Amino acid sequence: MKWDEFFVTGDPLIYGADVSIALTAAGILFYLTYFKKWGWLWKDWLTTVDHKKLGIMYIVSAVLMLFRGGVDALLMRTQLAVPDSKFLDSQHYNEIFTTHGTIMILFMAMPFVIGLINVVVPLQIGARDVAFPYLNAVSFWTFFIGAMLFNISFVIGGSPSAGWTSYMPLASSALSPGPGQNYYLLGLQIAGIGTLLTGINFLVTILKMRAPGMTLFRMPMFTWSALVTMVIIIFAFPILTVALALMTFDRLFGSHFFTLQGAGMDMLWANLFWLWGHPEVYIVILPAFGIFSEIISTFAKKTLFGYKAMIWSMLLIAGYSFLVWVHHFFTMGSGALVNSVFSVTTMAIGIPTGVKIFNWLFTMYKGKIEFTTPMLWSLGFITNFVVGGITGVMLAMAAADYQYHNTYFLVAHFHHVLIAGTVFGCFAGLMYWYPKMFGYKLNERIGKWVFWVFTIGFNVCFLPQYFLGFDGMPRRVYTYSEASGWGPLNMVSTIGGFMMGVAFLVLVYNMYYSFRYATRETTGDAWNGRTLEWSTPSAMPPFYNFAKIPVVDRLDHFWYAKQNNTVEKLETKDIKKIHMPSNSGVPFIMGSFFFIAGFGMVFGWFWMAILGILGVFGTMIHRSFAYDDGFYVSEKEIIETENITN
Amino acid sequence: MAHAETHDPGTPLEYQSETGRLNILGFWIFLGAELALFATLFATYLVLMHRTGDGPPVGELFEVSSLLIQTFLLLTSSFTSGLAIHEMRRGHVKGLLIWMVITLLLGLGFLGFEIREFVHFVGEGATIGTSAAWSGFFVLVGTHGLHVTVGVAWISMILFQVSKRKFTPATTSKLFISSLYWHFLDVVWIFIFTAVYLTGMVMYHG
Repeated sequence: MKWDEFFVTGDPLIYGADVSIALTAAGILFYLTYFKKWGWLWKDWLTTVDHKKLGIMYIVSAVLMLFRGGVDALLMRTQLAVPDSKFLDSQHYNEIFTTHGTIMILFMAMPFVIGLINVVVPLQIGARDVAFPYLNAVSFWTFFIGAMLFNISFVIGGSPSAGWTSYMPLASSALSPGPGQNYYLLGLQIAGIGTLLTGINFLVTILKMRAPGMTLFRMPMFTWSALVTMVIIIFAFPILTVALALMTFDRLFGSHFFTLQGAGMDMLWANLFWLWGHPEVYIVILPAFGIFSEIISTFAKKTLFGYKAMIWSMLLIAGYSFLVWVHHFFTMGSGALVNSVFSVTTMAIGIPTGVKIFNWLFTMYKGKIEFTTPMLWSLGFITNFVVGGITGVMLAMAAADYQYHNTYFLVAHFHHVLIAGTVFGCFAGLMYWYPKMFGYKLNERIGKWVFWVFTIGFNVCFLPQYFLGFDGMPRRVYTYSEASGWGPLNMVSTIGGFMMGVAFLVLVYNMYYSFRYATRETTGDAWNGRTLEWSTPSAMPPFYNFAKIPVVDRLDHFWYAKQNNTVEKLETKDIKKIHMPSNSGVPFIMGSFFFIAGFGMVFGWFWMAILGILGVFGTMIHRSFAYDDGFYVSEKEIIETENITN
Repeated sequence: MAHAETHDPGTPLEYQSETGRLNILGFWIFLGAELALFATLFATYLVLMHRTGDGPPVGELFEVSSLLIQTFLLLTSSFTSGLAIHEMRRGHVKGLLIWMVITLLLGLGFLGFEIREFVHFVGEGATIGTSAAWSGFFVLVGTHGLHVTVGVAWISMILFQVSKRKFTPATTSKLFISSLYWHFLDVVWIFIFTAVYLTGMVMYHG
């Protein structure tokens, strides 16, 4: 392979990206060296097994990926703003919509919700850490390495261009030659390992590490949503693992699972992909539902309405999520019976979801509502998500879907559920738990600007796309003719897209502004909350979370303790030494070996792949033979940290 | 996390530490994920098994003797690994080591016959690239074989640790988990035996 094939060349946008990557890397290296931060980076972050720090790293990565995926989106909107545009060529456009979709779902939405779950769930259940802290670090690093492997594709070797769904035979080595599609397969495979491990880790954590007295039906709703999500992950991600492996075999070793030759079956890929893919959308939406439940209950100052109905509807949604996958390809021609069955199951999902919407509304009924930024995002979610849900029911009707299939109507629909659901949820959760993570709130006034600009821009961007869909504009086209008449609505849509971009920049500015000027929290209870994460005496909990494990006797225990003035104050006699796990650099090193293995596979350099895999096994063997029992935090250190005087 | 705990004297050693209990539950859940993984591979194979293209039908090349030897070796190894855990519960390090080594030898024997069979198929012109049906066969059966290989290497390392550290809450929970894994592979093999080999031979020979 020649160097000009190795690096992507010939496009000024790519050269610009090369320069900005080089400058950013140089800037980070300079900062770390000049301010002597290498030790800090290694000790405090790269080797940490603390769930709160791992959660923050997940969220920081997710925000970076939101930026990357957002730039992709704006490039597409720029190209589509006017008819017959020459801004991007078709290949480049294909690559951008592929990376936009893949990054936004797998490297933005998933890590964002998993990051919030990491930070919040152990605190909400009164635990000092997760069940498997070391494994948690492995999860993060495999996700991060998978994301990085996928991301370097646009400067080294070329990006995948077969869509985030990578339908066969388009994604085969015959029709998508080169390393691009391999990046997709290996990046997702490596990140998927981390997701599966997260699923196991948090399921065990929630089942086994709850504070005394916290029965399953006294758990906060966000923890419930995490529990259900983990179950979906455990049964859905192995399907993706297999599907990706089979396509990798097709591309690298000449097997015939999905190929047109050798009696392969291309639609088998579509089935396997969506057998994972549909549960996947519930993996990113259910935690968002949990976040909204917490926020609405907190700022309406009422117990969540229909607590048990909320749980049962989530369990129903989780079950249904595995029974609807065919609605992604009604037009495949499965016949009337099959399509009808999947049409009915799909519409049935609307029922438990509707239950949840009404429960949120009833929670607010006669509540003293406080319009903070997290609450604004939650209210915005209810109205906007319903639009996405209704259009979803329209798409669920198989006969009608023949009309909408592969048009901008579909594009508008899934952005209306994924953005108004997951992205609003992530933003709401970020604002809500920001003081728990960093010790101060984001500025509320700037935050409200972000909300309004983003929400208005979001609707300006996607409402016109429903009409473009009705008018027959297909998705995944890089340009259209003036005669089609699609120009004006596309221009409106692009303006909306840029408004969302502006709102994102204001959000980032708000992080900077609040870091500089926000008043620091003096208590652990920034919002007058209801659940245990707000019960820590300090704004940011110490690494062991709770000096004394709380005992719970009902839902919203902390809230009622505050009402009845029975909040316990820590005393010296309560303090006992605490056992905690040691930090480890091995998960990071394991991630690096995964990168070597993945990169070797992408280019078909098998010596390199084998080297990387041996390295991964080496780190696992190291782990097996290392008997590290962690360490104890002394009573003295705890008393000093907690500032106990009596 | 090891907290000072009191135990019922009848609690097996592997369940005595918090870490041990969490690891065992975590591993059961991991086996749930493995179940989903193999279920997907089985579904793939069953969808593709008639799609032989220009290649031979899968049932044509199967040999009864090789199949029976493999099945006998693996099923026996599951039994001996159960005996090993029985010895562990009785506190006999030596008994555990002997039965586990026998388990691994049976596992290696299984792998030997499986590899011999794969080589034979390739010699007869049935490779992963022959047809969709053969792709499905090699990846399903090969994934099981890969699991057995990983199991042999993994259990060997645990046995090495046991020979040095004897029975502790940490080593016994590792042994217990590895035996769960080994039994799981046995269960998967029973499904492969039925869905792949028996079905294939019955379809071909009638």
